[in-house]
Amino acid sequence: MEPLLDIKNLVTVFDTERGSIRAVDGVSLQVRAGETLGVVGESGCGKTVLSLSVMRLLPANGKIIGGQIVFAGTDLLKLSEEEMRARRGKDIAMIFQEPMTSLNPVFRVGDQIAEAIRLHQQLPAKQAMALSVELLREVGIAEPQKRARDYPHNLSGGMRQRVMIAMAMSCHPRLLLADEPTTALDVTIQAQILELMDELKRKNKMTVVLITHDLGVVAQAAQRVAVMYAGKVVESAAVEDLFDRPLHPYTQGLLESLPAAIASGPDRKQYLRTIPGSVPDLYHMPPGCRFSDRCAHGIERCRREEPALAEITSGHHVACWWAAGE
Amino acid sequence: MAEKLVEIHQLCKTYFVSGGFLNPQKRPVRAVDHMEMTIDRGETLGLVGESGCGKSTLARLLTGLEKPTSGQILFKGADIDSFSAEELKAYRHSVQMIFQDSYSSLNPRQSALSIIKEPLTIHRIGDKKTREKTALDLMAKVGLSAQHARRYPHEFSGGQRQRIGIARALVLHPELIIADEPVSSLDVSIQAQILNLLVDLKKDFGLTYLFVSHDLNVIRFLADRVAVMYLGKLVELAPNPRMYDQPLHPYTRMLLSAIPSCDPRRKEKKTAIRGEAVAENDRGCAFRNRCSYRKAICSEQTPELKKMDERHLCACHLAGSI
Repeated sequence: MEPLLDIKNLVTVFDTERGSIRAVDGVSLQVRAGETLGVVGESGCGKTVLSLSVMRLLPANGKIIGGQIVFAGTDLLKLSEEEMRARRGKDIAMIFQEPMTSLNPVFRVGDQIAEAIRLHQQLPAKQAMALSVELLREVGIAEPQKRARDYPHNLSGGMRQRVMIAMAMSCHPRLLLADEPTTALDVTIQAQILELMDELKRKNKMTVVLITHDLGVVAQAAQRVAVMYAGKVVESAAVEDLFDRPLHPYTQGLLESLPAAIASGPDRKQYLRTIPGSVPDLYHMPPGCRFSDRCAHGIERCRREEPALAEITSGHHVACWWAAGE
Repeated sequence: MAEKLVEIHQLCKTYFVSGGFLNPQKRPVRAVDHMEMTIDRGETLGLVGESGCGKSTLARLLTGLEKPTSGQILFKGADIDSFSAEELKAYRHSVQMIFQDSYSSLNPRQSALSIIKEPLTIHRIGDKKTREKTALDLMAKVGLSAQHARRYPHEFSGGQRQRIGIARALVLHPELIIADEPVSSLDVSIQAQILNLLVDLKKDFGLTYLFVSHDLNVIRFLADRVAVMYLGKLVELAPNPRMYDQPLHPYTRMLLSAIPSCDPRRKEKKTAIRGEAVAENDRGCAFRNRCSYRKAICSEQTPELKKMDERHLCACHLAGSI
């Protein structure tokens, strides 16, 4: 089956005062219709730039210099700005980490959702407003009629994220990009938002790309996972495979360094496993594998030659000489 | 019996917030509401709760950055409110804080070395040379090298900045460290490095930690005892594995089942998770509107903190029977 979103060899660069950096460097990813793909990685790995590239919403100093982003058979990078604008919000919607900065503080939330609706559908204002109240009800907001008249600052963080989701859902997008949608929320609110997203996804047969640093969130919400490191996808697999048999030393290190990975109580281990060192400087990428400096298994080839993503077992891809049995 | 380093008795802190410029009437918010707690010497007490539960206010009250509205904080048996200027200075010497945001808690115009040795200068300890040596030794202890000494905060990564903050907190050899979400803004691989460092330093310096966090997994790794706060109140306190194995308060259970498990096959939730924390100034249990076990008594009486056994406290009318 054709994937709904097929990213091929995407390269996104940023021009900065210190020079040019490749924030996304040759990323290929497929997202199948109806699935949730989790994209995990630590800060600076390029996961947010990846999603902004798909939306073509990069800041002024960012530029896509290579690759394709094929959405439902069309390369989004070949569309004019006008054609892209018609798709944004309609076919592909996005929600962000901080709903307060994505909502306009001086308009009522109901009006903001209605505006999104009227941008893509020719509806009279009254009808759009009624639809916006209906959407608020759908995302689990009590007394939606009343809440629609609230300003963003009247709402709690969880409620604001629900409003953002209502807005994203307003035109029944086929693909939802969710960039750290629950990171700013408390755990009990996070659990409710994840449940809501899952419910809406099923009901509307939507496809989701969930970007997060939280491995627990990925384990619970995604069917497939891609792990990013320093601008590259280093491993991708079905969620069970990734957590049962992580192949890349970076993925293994991430999973082992979680405090949840150790038993508590009297028999608890004294220390957490750690990944030594830190992420390489984007301005000075090492020539071979970007993880080689921090890797316990590094072989000579790792420092010379960059490993490509290879399929090790069915559906499980990894970019590592060691894991590939070199 | 362990020595009680800190005793908190009926501690309250009320803030008054205005309802906006059209509504000048100020509304009281009880950030900390009749807290009772002790911190034993040498332990790590984990304090968890969601945003707005009062955990940071409690930390600020303990450091003396805020004055309580009522109630007492005893440090080694003495009420910190009754301290003379001299005693207060000594208290601040013994109690140090590590903050969440290492960037905004470090002066951008000071070098790492100067930040770390500043407490020594303020407390007039040693001369210039010995201060510098103490600070450099400490930098090595927290995993920074001498070449980092002259660099400024913006030249460090988040994890390294947190190491500077830790060194600054330790330079006076305090007895109690209050760490307010010290690893929350760090990536997992860096978080693990800092947590291990905190474990080491506790042993080397014979420290007592009050570790404030919203992350129950982090607390599970570090803490000897766990305290759970909800809307300004202590709702449950228990030794570490026990809090996770046999939580008694419905809120603790909800918190625990809300943690997304790293096992993709474990998807079912044991407890229904619903609602948000909304403070209402009336009697009854503050959690009742989100609680699936609610009974009539929960709206009539505020539950008291009860001893369920020697080391397990819980403030719930139904604790033990649900």
